[in-house]
Amino acid sequence: MLPFRIPLRDWISAGVDYLIDNLGPFFDGLTNVVQFLVNTFKDGMEFLHPLVLMLIIAAITWKMAGWKTALMAFVSLLLVENIELWQAFIETMALVLTAELLVILVGLPIGIWAATNDRVNLVIRPVLDFMQTMPAFVYLIPAVMFFGLGLVPGVIATFIFAIPPLIRLTNLGIRQVPKELIEASDAFGATGRQKLFKVQLPVAMPTVMAGVNQSIMLGLSMVVIAAMIGAGGLGADVLRGIQRLQIGSGFEAGLAVVIMAIILDRITAGFGKVKNLGTA
Amino acid sequence: MSKIVVKDLYKIFGNRPDRAFELLEQGYSKEEVQKKTGLVVGVQQAEFSVEQGEIFVLMGLSGSGKSTLQRLLNRLIEPTKGTIEIDGTDIAKLSKQDLIDFRKEKFSGMVFQNFAILPHRTVLGNVEFGLELQHVEKETRQAKAAEVIKQVGLQGFEDHYPAQLSGGMQQRVGLARALAVEADVMLMDEAFSALDPLIRRDMQDELLELQSKLKKTIVFVTHDLDEAFKLGDRIAIMKDGKIVQIGEAEEIISEPADQYVREFVEGINRSEVLTAESIMQKPKETAKHGDGPKTILHKLKKQGLSSMFVLDQDRKLLGYVKAEELSDYVKGSEKADKKIPREVIHEAQTVNLEDNLSEVIDVSAATDQPIAVTDEEQRLKGIIVKGAIIAALSGSDSPQSNNEPHSEVEVS
Repeated sequence: MLPFRIPLRDWISAGVDYLIDNLGPFFDGLTNVVQFLVNTFKDGMEFLHPLVLMLIIAAITWKMAGWKTALMAFVSLLLVENIELWQAFIETMALVLTAELLVILVGLPIGIWAATNDRVNLVIRPVLDFMQTMPAFVYLIPAVMFFGLGLVPGVIATFIFAIPPLIRLTNLGIRQVPKELIEASDAFGATGRQKLFKVQLPVAMPTVMAGVNQSIMLGLSMVVIAAMIGAGGLGADVLRGIQRLQIGSGFEAGLAVVIMAIILDRITAGFGKVKNLGTA
Repeated sequence: MSKIVVKDLYKIFGNRPDRAFELLEQGYSKEEVQKKTGLVVGVQQAEFSVEQGEIFVLMGLSGSGKSTLQRLLNRLIEPTKGTIEIDGTDIAKLSKQDLIDFRKEKFSGMVFQNFAILPHRTVLGNVEFGLELQHVEKETRQAKAAEVIKQVGLQGFEDHYPAQLSGGMQQRVGLARALAVEADVMLMDEAFSALDPLIRRDMQDELLELQSKLKKTIVFVTHDLDEAFKLGDRIAIMKDGKIVQIGEAEEIISEPADQYVREFVEGINRSEVLTAESIMQKPKETAKHGDGPKTILHKLKKQGLSSMFVLDQDRKLLGYVKAEELSDYVKGSEKADKKIPREVIHEAQTVNLEDNLSEVIDVSAATDQPIAVTDEEQRLKGIIVKGAIIAALSGSDSPQSNNEPHSEVEVS
């Protein structure tokens, strides 16, 4: 219809080039931080004997979701170790935990900001829609360009993919705090900070935790995709299974991902319930 | 000096509220202003003062602006125009930070219809909330909280979470939280409206009892007229954002300011609110103890009465005499000019000035004679005939304004 083609792809490429040229030190610094976090998680988990780590995970599950779930988690973890996927399991766990840590550190403040400022909310909503609906593969390209191949771009891609639900649900949770509770804290002379930390956040906590839970689930779904740029872990095993048409080993790695998903889901779902004793 | 003085207070919701002032001044109603400008008149031209230690009730139907007016008092809602002086400080002019400090100092917070207590805190945690905001030390504030928890009868429940408590108990927590900060002014917004009727009555009684000790200045919002009359030292009735009448319960019932208030108070259980004083009449005539029987008979005949109260020289009530007995007495003896003898004076049924109508009804059941209304020193202040009781109950014009003669069987 137009006599020329809008050079959207050129613009985007130019933009990415510009960022690489000008923000190189920033990306290098970020790479170091992410690498450090992943290594810390990984080394920490590798340091422990597999059985000890399994018992720790089972104990946390017990506290958050009851003994039946804990028992199931423990047996499942024994299975993962038995099919020789323990190392990959730990790598993936380190990647997901790092991404989730970053998601919480960045997503929570943004969610709070969006909840307390309508204009911010207005700007952030379409950005979140964009992030969530953009095919996940598309994130891989800039991630590789900014961070090279390996674990770090995998974490970054996972982070971008997993952050929207936490921002959304933090925003929602705070906005849903009953108006009377806000009025009550105002009437008692609460400052903005007191109101946030003593009323809004605690009351919104179950919803916020649902956001954490959702972002972990999304992060796990990104694990296999991230393996395509060399993130390693269970995703790499799944990918190898696909490429070599080894149904059995691909399925095993997939099952290990599911086991991790279920355990993390039950633990974080439990967080949301601990103090959720009733309505206001 | 009054604790709270509100002058010429307006709250207009919407952009450029000045457009509404002009129209309101020209006498347009709330609906008309809304139709013309899209502005919603929340409160208009509010003017009242609340005394130290008083329970002041804002009463009206939903949408009448009573909650808005209350929230203007601590600026949970920003006033559009007017002054709100608390102890001489106009809070409408305070900066944001000063306002926060002022709220901590002067307001005992607020008690809300749906309790508004924090679900993630225990009873103790909720009650100490206000003190925590003021950075009171932990031991001090917990000691204070424990004390107030006892006051509202929640001891033993300190570690319970709100969801484990009944509605009545949750509202006690809300009340305790407000009491704990020990400020002067307490705002209560439909505080008991969400409770069961029986629990509501208990809470009202307890509030009155607490108030008799604490003497706080309370501004209480309710849509329930019975509650308003029970709790309020004075009541402001609101309609369309305007205060239509301010006064004590009796004034409002016996002299409603307009048709709206009249219709409003029609539903009230009048027997609980009206006092003997408000329905009594002046006796047409009384007999002095020094009067001779003939004199009294003459008075009775002249007024067309069948009986009459007898007073001593200090106007203290001695009893009443009946016309027929008196005339029998006069016929049967020749000492007709002497003082009336003790034996024809019957003991009268009496009520006090402050007794309410339901007590008057109890007394009236025991006699077919008019009831004497007396003050503390047994002086006769007025009389109540049965017709007046029925008239008061049915809400027809108060007997004072009724000039039609009662039937002859009636008294004094």
